[in-house]
Amino acid sequence: MDLTLRIWKQAHSRIKGRFETYQMFGVDPDMSFLEMLDVLNESLVEKGDEPVSFDSDCREGICGMCSLTINGVPHGSDKGGTVCQLHMRRFSDGETITIEPWRVSPFSILQDLTVDRSAFDRIIQAGGYITANTGTAADGNALPIPKEDADGAMDAAACIGCGACAASCPNGSAMLFVAAKVSHLAHLPQGAPERATRVMGMVSQMDEEGFGSCTNHAECEAVCPKEISVSHIAKLNREFIRAALKGSL
Amino acid sequence: MNLDAKVPSGPLAGKWEKRKFEGKLVNPSNKRKYRIIVVGSGLAGGGAAASLGELGYNVDCFCFQDSPRRAHSIAAQGGINAAKNYQNDGDSVYRLFYDTIKGGDFRSREANVYRLAEVSAAIIDQCVAMGVPFAREYGGVLDNRSFGGAQVSRTFYARGQTGQQLLLGVYSALSRQIDAGQVKMHTRTEMIDLVTVDGEAKGIVTRNLLTGEIESWAADAVILASGGYGPVFYLSTNAIGNNVTATFRAHKKGALFANPCYTQIHPTCIPVSGDHQSKLTLMSESLRNDGRIWVPKNVGDKRNSGEIPSNERDYYLERIYPSFGNLAPRDISSRQAKYACDEGRGVGSSGLGVYLDFQDAIERLGEDVIRQRYGNLFDMYERITGENAYQVPMRIYPAIHYTMGGLWVDYDLMSNVPGLFVLGEANFSDHGANRLGASALMQGLADGYFILPSTIAEYLVGTEPGAIGSDHEELKKAQVVANDRIKRLLSINGRRSASSFHRELGLLMWDKCGMARDADGLKSALESIPALREEFWENLNVPGSGDNLNRELEKAGHVADFLEFSELLVTDALTREESCGGHFREEHQTEEGEAMRDDDNFSFVSAWEYTGETPILHKEELEFEEVHLAVRSYK
Repeated sequence: MDLTLRIWKQAHSRIKGRFETYQMFGVDPDMSFLEMLDVLNESLVEKGDEPVSFDSDCREGICGMCSLTINGVPHGSDKGGTVCQLHMRRFSDGETITIEPWRVSPFSILQDLTVDRSAFDRIIQAGGYITANTGTAADGNALPIPKEDADGAMDAAACIGCGACAASCPNGSAMLFVAAKVSHLAHLPQGAPERATRVMGMVSQMDEEGFGSCTNHAECEAVCPKEISVSHIAKLNREFIRAALKGSL
Repeated sequence: MNLDAKVPSGPLAGKWEKRKFEGKLVNPSNKRKYRIIVVGSGLAGGGAAASLGELGYNVDCFCFQDSPRRAHSIAAQGGINAAKNYQNDGDSVYRLFYDTIKGGDFRSREANVYRLAEVSAAIIDQCVAMGVPFAREYGGVLDNRSFGGAQVSRTFYARGQTGQQLLLGVYSALSRQIDAGQVKMHTRTEMIDLVTVDGEAKGIVTRNLLTGEIESWAADAVILASGGYGPVFYLSTNAIGNNVTATFRAHKKGALFANPCYTQIHPTCIPVSGDHQSKLTLMSESLRNDGRIWVPKNVGDKRNSGEIPSNERDYYLERIYPSFGNLAPRDISSRQAKYACDEGRGVGSSGLGVYLDFQDAIERLGEDVIRQRYGNLFDMYERITGENAYQVPMRIYPAIHYTMGGLWVDYDLMSNVPGLFVLGEANFSDHGANRLGASALMQGLADGYFILPSTIAEYLVGTEPGAIGSDHEELKKAQVVANDRIKRLLSINGRRSASSFHRELGLLMWDKCGMARDADGLKSALESIPALREEFWENLNVPGSGDNLNRELEKAGHVADFLEFSELLVTDALTREESCGGHFREEHQTEEGEAMRDDDNFSFVSAWEYTGETPILHKEELEFEEVHLAVRSYK
């Protein structure tokens, strides 16, 4: 199939970006979207032009590195998947595809489609862990955990930290990411002593990074490659209120 | 060179206890005086960085990704082994040890493997404490499954995302140490050289991938946990960014590279669909618990799978290996798939595929149960191939997955370069010639959480903390060399992209040094590789400059190293005149086509020394105090 690509080009965050148009001919429908961009890049390099810069690593939908907005939708329109899992058979011959980076102000553009998501790491560093030094653990079966709690924790823990939630949110909110992290640990008895400080620390860091507030658009759930439910945001809110009340008593 | 593995004396079961007791300790108040570099942030590197930080050491941790949480450990699907015997099915430390050493075709170091089995149980405990949401039974206890050729259920798992969940556990511990100021994390930073001072590892040179800045870092010890070298074959199940640069640079600075020819080919990957292919996707081996592998009995049978009656199907693993059947180890399953396809019985448009069929399991257990067990894998398969595996069998084919070879280390995980420690997939020690399923996560965490933090003390005690300052001339010299190399890559101005060289090298390696190898093919590869390397340095094109984010430049650096390293891999494969594990030499097989080891002549580790010309082979004889070398039979 033949395609027209409109791709965001921007050398770094301090200068203005623009769309560039590229023509692609004979694209194989069995290619992944990123492989299609590889083919484009290789042809650019062989002509001596600069390739399009985008992040990717595992290319199997788990590392969370790839981060493209395709026709206005983070990770593209294929539900429950990342860009690297999207295949060209989802597009049709002659189509024009617009490719942009994640657009949310705490993620500054580093180059073209590559953005800086270190804000997410700082949120985790602000409390998204259980304090258990190596070697201090009791036997793994010493503390039975109901299957539904373990499954609920796993539903949230499936988050790959890609940032599509924040990129899709009209408010630029990172609530689904933070909720997934808080909800994962709040489902489990381990780490309970830190339950209140964890959520307060993470939410405060989220605010400090400049992410917006949640007003229940649920765009995040719609684009999440791991289909993490917005119900975890409700859980985050409960955890936050619980911690706030506890602090004020 | 005397390769002393420093394995403690005494009974196998007491060696690790003995080592821990006899090893010197760093006084708690002295730990903060030491600075340690960790390269890599996966299970091994991230686990070591966090654990060393908890102990009070100052750690600088480096990764090329934008976050330590993206290291390729994250992609492991199936699970992690541990000798807990929660299922009361006869498992024990000894059985896990024996299975691992047998699975490795008796080419690993006995004492290291025993220790791995010994610490396996504590890994699960630690992960549970960190909040890793392992699968549980309704009573609330941890669930297990049988995995990858094991006859006991000792594998712990978190849906099909075990690696991700374990890595998130490591990452959270690491994040806590970053917050505490014990670990300084350097993301989007790549190690491009090792710095030695008077023969000891004292620092590294890095390139900041965003600014292009070449920097050097001094430390009291350097830990490499930079993963394997699978992408030397171009197509593999590894991440796009995985490379051999960190370990190969250390090799060029004196570290011996051990058993590079031991590469693992995973039997259950989605077949190649075309020339554009950038990676191969693994379908977890756990699928083999319920899926049955078959090809048509007759050559050239191109009917749809559903039209082939069961008496015209060849369930070849069940036929050849009745006791292990579809769970036969990875090397054996892969090779049989290759044979079936070589005979012209392969399926799919390329003929390079075999069926993995769930029809019987769906009839027996119902689609819901299969969906619950493997739903995410079936979804992934459909996304990539456009086929629904609940209705038609999956098509699978072997692909490069893991590399057992790596830098040579002693029992303390220290290389022959004092102060240079190597962990996880980057070292060679635990999996011999073939790694069993669910053992990579176990080794990464064993090395990172429990072994290195204990063994490194002995080396540190003998060094003066901070003896090498950041202005030491060796650091500056290495920085200049690294800068020159970058300039050279940028100034070739040829016509071919780094990827095109990489693809050509990969095809050559897969063809001549893949699932089956013979002397003629290996010798021809040894002629082709230098020619390709020569062309690379004359006809490479890297657009852009060195002072910003330039992925083509990064790639070119990796390919340059692969073009040197591949020659070592092939040389090793040519020298090892036997078949063992993932290394199958056509010349050395039984009449039935099974691998034939030569224990009399090849029961050693090949540890190669870099010379700039023909590498020098050093041998570490493998001494088995406990196990008797047996022919690996899964029939």
